[in-house]
Amino acid sequence: MAIGWYLAVSAVIFSIGAAGVLVRRSPLVVLLCLELMLNAANLALVAFSRMWGSEDGQVFALIVMVIAACEVTVGLGLIVAMYRRRMPLDVDDLRELQG
Amino acid sequence: MSAVLFFIAAIGAITGAVGVVMLGSQFYSVLALVIHLVALAALFLLLRAEFVAAAQVIVYAGAVMVLYVFVVAYVGGGDEEATRSGLRFLGPLLALALAVELCVALLGTALKGISSKGARFVPGFGTPADIGKLFLTKFLLPFELASLLLLVAAVGAIVLARRRRGLEPDEEREARYHPRLPAWVGSMAEAGGLTRFEEPPAPPAAEPEPESAPIGSQS
Repeated sequence: MAIGWYLAVSAVIFSIGAAGVLVRRSPLVVLLCLELMLNAANLALVAFSRMWGSEDGQVFALIVMVIAACEVTVGLGLIVAMYRRRMPLDVDDLRELQG
Repeated sequence: MSAVLFFIAAIGAITGAVGVVMLGSQFYSVLALVIHLVALAALFLLLRAEFVAAAQVIVYAGAVMVLYVFVVAYVGGGDEEATRSGLRFLGPLLALALAVELCVALLGTALKGISSKGARFVPGFGTPADIGKLFLTKFLLPFELASLLLLVAAVGAIVLARRRRGLEPDEEREARYHPRLPAWVGSMAEAGGLTRFEEPPAPPAAEPEPESAPIGSQS
């Protein structure tokens, strides 16, 4: 398959993830949709790495996976802390920092 | 053959992504993301990125998703109703515009390589040996920074999700009703098996914070 097909799949997955971040209300699902967007970027990176025949893109993809793991641990820690303080787990209600 | 595999994996990945966004229950969303990740690993294999595919399945679909499932079970992920704000209709429109824009960029690009099947395959491309060599030579600094970032994130998650005393109103009330509870109950020292401390001699009203209590001096 041509590399363009992989990039098209990556674009579609990224858009679905962006829609999820905008539409869903639970912070957990918002985190899941962020994962979708990061994975779409990973797919594009690996596709370009195949296109150029260089492994730098794959190294970049692995670093992105590390960043995603960090984001998940801190985000889930925040969600657990919010749950313990009986705060609503709803991004529409958690608007204290909104200007 | 590779085209068939590509379409199966791509349809699986897109279906999983749609499932994450559309499914009402948070638990099902997590399971849909697992399907998406496994299909994406198949796409990585088709792009000859063996090590990335293996790391994806083991780290992502294995470890990170287990973390998600634990947190969903802890907070009791029920169904959520749709958002009330205008984003409910605007969000999908914006995403559609983004997808169209990305596809236009893809179709109008002057990059010749994306209509090819990729560079000539060299044996050993994408194997753990090659990736590891790159990590320890060309990309040593990002590698070390990533490991430092992981450490910081792990410590930060422990600090965030730790059990605090004196912050939550319910726990304060509990401390008033059970004043003889030792200060280290629920602390990390107790989890480590250090339960042989004596009762703190201070009266319960002036009980010290567990963080500031000198752990070693009481034994």
